[in-house]
Amino acid sequence: MKIQLKELSMKFDDVLAVNGLNVHINKGELVSLLGPSGCGKSTTLFMLAGLYKPSSGEMYFGDTLVNNVEPENRGIGMVFQNYALYPHMTVLKNIMFPLKMAKVPHKKAEEKAIEMANLVQIGHLLDRKPKQLSGGQQQRVAIARALVKQPQLLLLDEPLSNLDARLRIEMREEIRRIQQEVGITTIFVTHDQEEAMSISDKVLLMKDGQFQQYSKPQEMYDHPVNMFVGKFMGNPPINMIPVTFDHKNLSIQINGTDEKLKVTSKLNYELVSGNQMLLGVRAEDFVLEKLEGISNSFSAKVDLVERTGRDTLVHATVGNHAIRALVNQDFVVKPSNIVKLSIRKNRLQLFDAETELNLVLGKE
Amino acid sequence: MQRAAFSKGFIYLVLIIGSVCMLLPFAWMFITSIKSPGEVMMMPPVWIPEDFKWENYKEAWSMAPFARYTINSIIVTVLSTLGELVTTILAAYAFSRMHFYGRDILFSILLGTMMVPGEVLLIPNYVTLSNLGWIDQYQALIIPWLASIFSIFLLRQFFLGIPQELSYAAKIDGCNNFRFLWTIMVPLAKPALITIVLLKAIGSWNSFLWPLIVTQSKEMRTLPVGLTSFSTEAGINYELLMAASTMIILPMIILYFCLQRYIIEGVAKAGIKG
Repeated sequence: MKIQLKELSMKFDDVLAVNGLNVHINKGELVSLLGPSGCGKSTTLFMLAGLYKPSSGEMYFGDTLVNNVEPENRGIGMVFQNYALYPHMTVLKNIMFPLKMAKVPHKKAEEKAIEMANLVQIGHLLDRKPKQLSGGQQQRVAIARALVKQPQLLLLDEPLSNLDARLRIEMREEIRRIQQEVGITTIFVTHDQEEAMSISDKVLLMKDGQFQQYSKPQEMYDHPVNMFVGKFMGNPPINMIPVTFDHKNLSIQINGTDEKLKVTSKLNYELVSGNQMLLGVRAEDFVLEKLEGISNSFSAKVDLVERTGRDTLVHATVGNHAIRALVNQDFVVKPSNIVKLSIRKNRLQLFDAETELNLVLGKE
Repeated sequence: MQRAAFSKGFIYLVLIIGSVCMLLPFAWMFITSIKSPGEVMMMPPVWIPEDFKWENYKEAWSMAPFARYTINSIIVTVLSTLGELVTTILAAYAFSRMHFYGRDILFSILLGTMMVPGEVLLIPNYVTLSNLGWIDQYQALIIPWLASIFSIFLLRQFFLGIPQELSYAAKIDGCNNFRFLWTIMVPLAKPALITIVLLKAIGSWNSFLWPLIVTQSKEMRTLPVGLTSFSTEAGINYELLMAASTMIILPMIILYFCLQRYIIEGVAKAGIKG
């Protein structure tokens, strides 16, 4: 089922939790609602579920306007952060509950519930009570219960945040597997950018109730539309270096230094408001050399070298700006060494210092 | 090691003293109930009667219409307990989970009424009931006791501890408010409900003042009222009085022992609830 949100807003008293959201979600896609806490992502999910009534705007499931449709009639399944399993019922009873409410004959309901339990691999736990299960197992029960009515839309509200790090990775792969197997349109709320990047077809990033960017995860990582998106995605965080733009030579100068770089990427000049900009470069997009005479590069002094095993994180300063660069583990460098940094081709972002918008033209 | 044994011994000592204090009156009641008339007033007191006079029970039972009193007490206790259970569940749900205008103010007013002593209400309630023509009828014994603010408060607090997400999940699963209340909330609140039932049943079984005021005929008396009138009728036959008292409290003691497990569970759960 495709989902369409038009100018969707939600106001709690005087607080605008979600402001004019326009999104189109294709059938069978897994979309992450991403953002820091309090950005309105859970509110959006609760509106989709019908648990909150939007203050204004429209929600379409397929071609039907669902604003005034009750939750049970929306054809949705939902998994909550604390799973919300019924504590006094066995696993089987929990999974059967939605069918029982829909007056499905007992025998058929049981068959379907067992089938679902097998899909999420908890077929051997049917007689247990939720309390006797581990977090991951409870999670699976919650997913089975959400899917048993064969909904058209699956809503997941921070489903992994109560699990430990290892289990979280296992369960996110599991959610992806189940989602693909069932082919259900899924909306997944998370505040963890890595989680969103790894399992989604598309990511919708929000901040303070405002839409920021809606695109494929890699696209969001490679071409953030503004500084917030750039900083939110990726770990270690993107380097942001204040620079002054030279319109005549199409070059930038790092503020407080004489270091100059040529800009080869195409810029959207309509968005440029002045010559003050921020150079955004991801840590892995720097190329480090110890030699002099590398063209289109700048020098920085190494402060600290962190080895993580797979690669090495170099902390350096240019002028008084701190920089973090990821380099190959066999690149040997010591604190107080001077290194030359250049930027991999087409991997630089320029943000307008005033509007915070990305000035580099995207792929399309 | 010695220290631990000592402190354990001390704890037991305190507990034993407490339980002796609690149980002594009951033991004395029971011992008196099987004494012969001569032994009752004997000084120093007789702890173990020479021979157990079980026939005191038979005699006491036949001296007043205790069967009738028992039936009345059972009717009143069962109906008012069931009634209170229903009103408490519904009210606690409304005050904890439903949103309506003036909810919190209404609840504060209800809590405020707990400060009004029951005795103050005796006369207005009596006048109301007599205008309704209910005096000396079961309605008078049951209907004024169908709701208890304390129980509503107790259950509301318990309901508030049940995560909101459960009601969301139930809503998506197709449960309306009423269905959710009976299939999810009530089973989860079992420990609190049992506490409420027990408090109510004991209170109702033992209540004396109100039944005394609103009953006139012998046929409408409940056990405690019947027992008092029996004491005037039996005069100073303490062994018969004690035999009757023992019979009266027995059902509540049995009820308590049956439900004790749940009460301890309920209190323990309330302690560790997150």
